[in-house]
Amino acid sequence: MKRLCLLAAAATLFAAPAFAEDTITVGFTDSLTGPLNVDSLGQERGYEFWRDQVNAAGGIKVDGKSYQVKFVTYDDQSVGGRVQQLYTRLINEDKADFLFGPYSSGLTAPAAVISEQYGKIMLNSGGAEEKPFQLGNKYLFMVITPAGKYLSGAVAALKAKNPNAKIAMVYSDDPFSKRVLASAKEQAIAAGLQVVMDESYAPSTTDFGPIVNKIISSNADAFLGGGHYSDGATLARQMYDQKANMKWVSILVAPADDKFGELGPAALGVTVPSQWEAQVSYKPDFGPTTAEFAKAFQDKFNAKADYHAAAGYTAGTILQHAIEQANSIDPEKVAAALNATDVTTFFGHVKFSTDPASHGLQVAHQMVLAQWQSSNGKLGRQVVWPTDAQSANLIYPISASQ
Amino acid sequence: MLGILASIIDGVLVGLVYGLAAMGLTLIWGVMDVINLTHGAMVVAGMMALYLLVSALGISPYLTLPPVLVGGFFVGVALYWIAIHRMVGRPPLMSLLSTFSVNLILIGVGTAVWGTALFNVEVSLPGVTIGRYTFPGPHILAAVLAAVIAGLLYIFLQYTRIGKALRAVANNREAAELVGIPTTRLLAISVGLGVALAGVSGVLIGTLFPFTILSGDSYQLKGFIVTVLGGFGNPVGALLGGVALGLLEGAVTPFVPVSWTLVIEFGLFVLVLIAFPGGIFASRRGAL
Repeated sequence: MKRLCLLAAAATLFAAPAFAEDTITVGFTDSLTGPLNVDSLGQERGYEFWRDQVNAAGGIKVDGKSYQVKFVTYDDQSVGGRVQQLYTRLINEDKADFLFGPYSSGLTAPAAVISEQYGKIMLNSGGAEEKPFQLGNKYLFMVITPAGKYLSGAVAALKAKNPNAKIAMVYSDDPFSKRVLASAKEQAIAAGLQVVMDESYAPSTTDFGPIVNKIISSNADAFLGGGHYSDGATLARQMYDQKANMKWVSILVAPADDKFGELGPAALGVTVPSQWEAQVSYKPDFGPTTAEFAKAFQDKFNAKADYHAAAGYTAGTILQHAIEQANSIDPEKVAAALNATDVTTFFGHVKFSTDPASHGLQVAHQMVLAQWQSSNGKLGRQVVWPTDAQSANLIYPISASQ
Repeated sequence: MLGILASIIDGVLVGLVYGLAAMGLTLIWGVMDVINLTHGAMVVAGMMALYLLVSALGISPYLTLPPVLVGGFFVGVALYWIAIHRMVGRPPLMSLLSTFSVNLILIGVGTAVWGTALFNVEVSLPGVTIGRYTFPGPHILAAVLAAVIAGLLYIFLQYTRIGKALRAVANNREAAELVGIPTTRLLAISVGLGVALAGVSGVLIGTLFPFTILSGDSYQLKGFIVTVLGGFGNPVGALLGGVALGLLEGAVTPFVPVSWTLVIEFGLFVLVLIAFPGGIFASRRGAL
């Protein structure tokens, strides 16, 4: 018995350091509290779902060894100021090997300053603004379509339906929304559409009544805008309540969440640019298919996967793929593998810019345009653009769907 | 021109609701010089009560007003004993910190339970349409109800025994005690009333706009502007301050880029503070 105990003690002594070595630590912050909570939760679930699946399948294989993935996370409270402290802590004290980005462009930019300073690879799946990628960063990689292309589908679809559309652009005064709409304005004008109103509002705006009246006065028949969450929903509701009679409404982010359906008739016809929808299937080079991902996610969280969850999961699979391709966890080698990445997963095509002027920016992934429609009395999002990916026909004007 | 008029009318309608929301804040300040930083959380509590009652019982949103009024009163009395009682008469920072702590706890618990997901209560009431501009039915009814509730509060404060006693406590607490008024109980009642008003305004706001658990902050901020415009500690002034704020939002928006609205609002806030340190409609100290 004594001998058995000694053996067990010896085994523990040897096993403990071996276990510590065979772990890859990934650090990130999530917005458990504050206004970004809803979208951040989706992204965080995506990260966790990837980690659990990888660990259940035996971990990440590097040079004949299997590494289990361990997460270290903190609540950034949706505040940019917190992000820099926490990412410094993740690197220096928690010894994170790799980093995932926080949610939103506003938080990704300050986090990228820290990750780059310490030469840590950061996969970004929740900040679409291009600016951090134009600063010569070498270790920052974005898996989602950048902000400049967010409304490209909406502009193209609107042009197809009404080449003489008059657009009102009203959007939140934050870096992401401003970038999306500035780019959409250029594209709309290039497509021959008229932009009759172009204004931003403070993110804390609660009543859009006077703004909706101003939209009506502008004689616009199409609306592009919004921001992140409650502002987008309030805009949709007030445009409906005040009978603004828009023939086209595209709102950022908020309608991509299932809770947007709570608006009832005010949600109908509203379109949203989406990084991913369950109706679109790509043939993956590796990893789950869309159907497998959507079902497994639903089973685990008892909630439908949104595009934030799919993007978070994709950040994990792309990091894993790069580590396995590099056959190393050395940041330089993994960064080189990420630079060479050109793959298709259930999320779509993923390829990063290697141009020093935009290094790490996503150049291959395509967004879709989803529209809230009623089917058998139930409200839901349908993919309506591009036409080769659509799950339902685009309804135009909106009044036809309400 | 019609668009400008529509925005102004819309501003006044919403302003009445802002005014009602600020009345609770200013009532508590008027009686005991305490700034209640749980105000925003209590507005959200009213919104959540509206959402939960309407979705559970399927009743008209407006039928939730009486239970929220009564429930809010008792919550307010509890808040007084938990966070305010021992801070009355101490430096204002003490009550600011204690009510702020309660606010953080309430918002934290709310976020843990519901997240910051969106809630919306559908209200189908016909509106009034003039030309291309529509005033939604819920906006009109909320404004009318806000004015009625404010009127009832005025009658309560002016003509009932408890109302008179509250005004006496606000005027001079020691003198009120000397004539046998149970001042501690009245302080608790005033917080109860303040919180009930916050809850009721939350219900009305919840019929107008979608909301999240964090929506209260914006209304608390507006509450401060309204209080400054309307005069510290003057509930009727608060209603007028609310109308002034709504009017300003409605009148300014058609002429300047909308991102300037907040700048103008807070610019006015500072100007009023400089010109009228007690607020435009400031009553004499403690007169309620």
